[in-house]
Amino acid sequence: MSIDLDHAPPDISAKTASAPSPSPALVAVVPASARRRSVPRWTRRTAGPLLLLGLWQLASSLGWLPVDTLAPPSTIASAAADLIEDGTLPGAMAVSLQRVAIGLVIGGTAGTALALLSGLSRLGEDLIDASVQMLRTVPWVGLIPLFIIWMGIGEAPKVALIALGTAFHLYLNVYAGIRGVDEQLMKAGGALGLGRWSLVRHVVLPGALPGFMTGLRYSLATAWLALVFGESINADAGIGFLMNQAREFFRTDVIVVCLVVYAFLGLTADLVVRTLERLLLQWRPTFTGQ
Amino acid sequence: MATDLHGAVAATTAVRVAGLTRSFGGRAVIDSLDLTLRAGEFTVLLGRSGCGKSTLLRILAGLDREIEGEVLVPERRAVAFQAPRLMPWKRVWRNVLLGLPGRPDRERAEQALAEVGLEHRTDAWPKTLSGGEAQRASLARALVREPDLLLLDEPFGALDALTRIKAQQLVAQLWQRRGCAVLLVTHDVDEAVLLADRVLVMDEGRISYDTHIPLDRPREVGDPGFAALRTRLLAELGVV
Repeated sequence: MSIDLDHAPPDISAKTASAPSPSPALVAVVPASARRRSVPRWTRRTAGPLLLLGLWQLASSLGWLPVDTLAPPSTIASAAADLIEDGTLPGAMAVSLQRVAIGLVIGGTAGTALALLSGLSRLGEDLIDASVQMLRTVPWVGLIPLFIIWMGIGEAPKVALIALGTAFHLYLNVYAGIRGVDEQLMKAGGALGLGRWSLVRHVVLPGALPGFMTGLRYSLATAWLALVFGESINADAGIGFLMNQAREFFRTDVIVVCLVVYAFLGLTADLVVRTLERLLLQWRPTFTGQ
Repeated sequence: MATDLHGAVAATTAVRVAGLTRSFGGRAVIDSLDLTLRAGEFTVLLGRSGCGKSTLLRILAGLDREIEGEVLVPERRAVAFQAPRLMPWKRVWRNVLLGLPGRPDRERAEQALAEVGLEHRTDAWPKTLSGGEAQRASLARALVREPDLLLLDEPFGALDALTRIKAQQLVAQLWQRRGCAVLLVTHDVDEAVLLADRVLVMDEGRISYDTHIPLDRPREVGDPGFAALRTRLLAELGVV
């Protein structure tokens, strides 16, 4: 047996024999489970706000933050305890929550219904979309005087303001969700014999659900914002009323308590949406962070 | 006359196409095509990309109705596409039952999934399936409809070589068990000779070559008859 020298592999025996090349430094591939922190996620999530709270208390205790400007967390906590004890805060929260809930239901239903009409049919799009896009750019806060003239100073203008603020978010996101549904899945649904309404139920609506959830998040944020505006005009109950009253008496602690309540309610709402997303969108093959 | 024709051919014919034309922007992708597929026969439609083979399959599936000419197809027909196209928001068994009339129970989905060897993935989300599993789920979704005509649009195109062999064997088994007419669209000549009773070659919107595969089953790629047919078909496709 002979080997054509031109094609033989290069002779490296001398090299390896005389000076064995140093083996490259090896690094271990760390399994993902080992890299995960031992601290549970909820602790990590609460660490940031707690740190901020500590700094605030420290600044107040050291006198950097005058009590007249901003009360320290400890004073605020005792003010909150008083307000809860005499029933003022729970009562105000109930009133405010009711306003948000009613406004959100009305606005959300209207926004979603309009989005369905214009998302599902081209006729609906032509009739509805232009008007909604036009109205969307009107700053809804600017409508407060008009709402007072139309509906007086009772519950109606406050609820209407919240409904208006939330409707557009749901409209935009549900509409985008519907129009973002994969054409191939629609074709597959057609091939499986789904009729028009079955297609909507089994393909379009589930496909638009992520958009609905995004819209819901925006809506909730706007709902609290609209609540603050709504309750700062001629309210005789609710968190906004409590805040206005506190302003009259320079009670920064009560004002902060109300702000904290807003933040707390917002956080709770976010938690509800997160839970909904976890339950309803578990099918989604998307990136969930590392 | 139409009913007459249907009655006369119904016993042995699964598909009857006469003078079919489909144009896209004035250009005829399918050009006055005539075609008859026999019931229970496995037909493979070969052709280069853009020859109109997938368009023909979509027309037979009823997904494309912008046509001229006569197309007769069975009431019960099912399609499996190159991508599995499972609804990501439905678990596998719900995907299988999607579109079935009435309120089919889960058991029917489980039977169809068992037939393709996926009984252990009944409750899974589509995102957790491998490529081969998703394609098998898509097949189960087609089979649960008990079709008289099964349309397969390059169903193995996106699978890796090993999974493809398994999937081809599975389709052959399912066809032999079910006895329905199958129209498989592909550009893989080996696949055609391996599976088909009859091979059609499509070119420029017409059937340019039509042959029966006389080889016994199961077929071997190494068989001399296999190689001869393969060479002939490649020539018809203008490759050799």
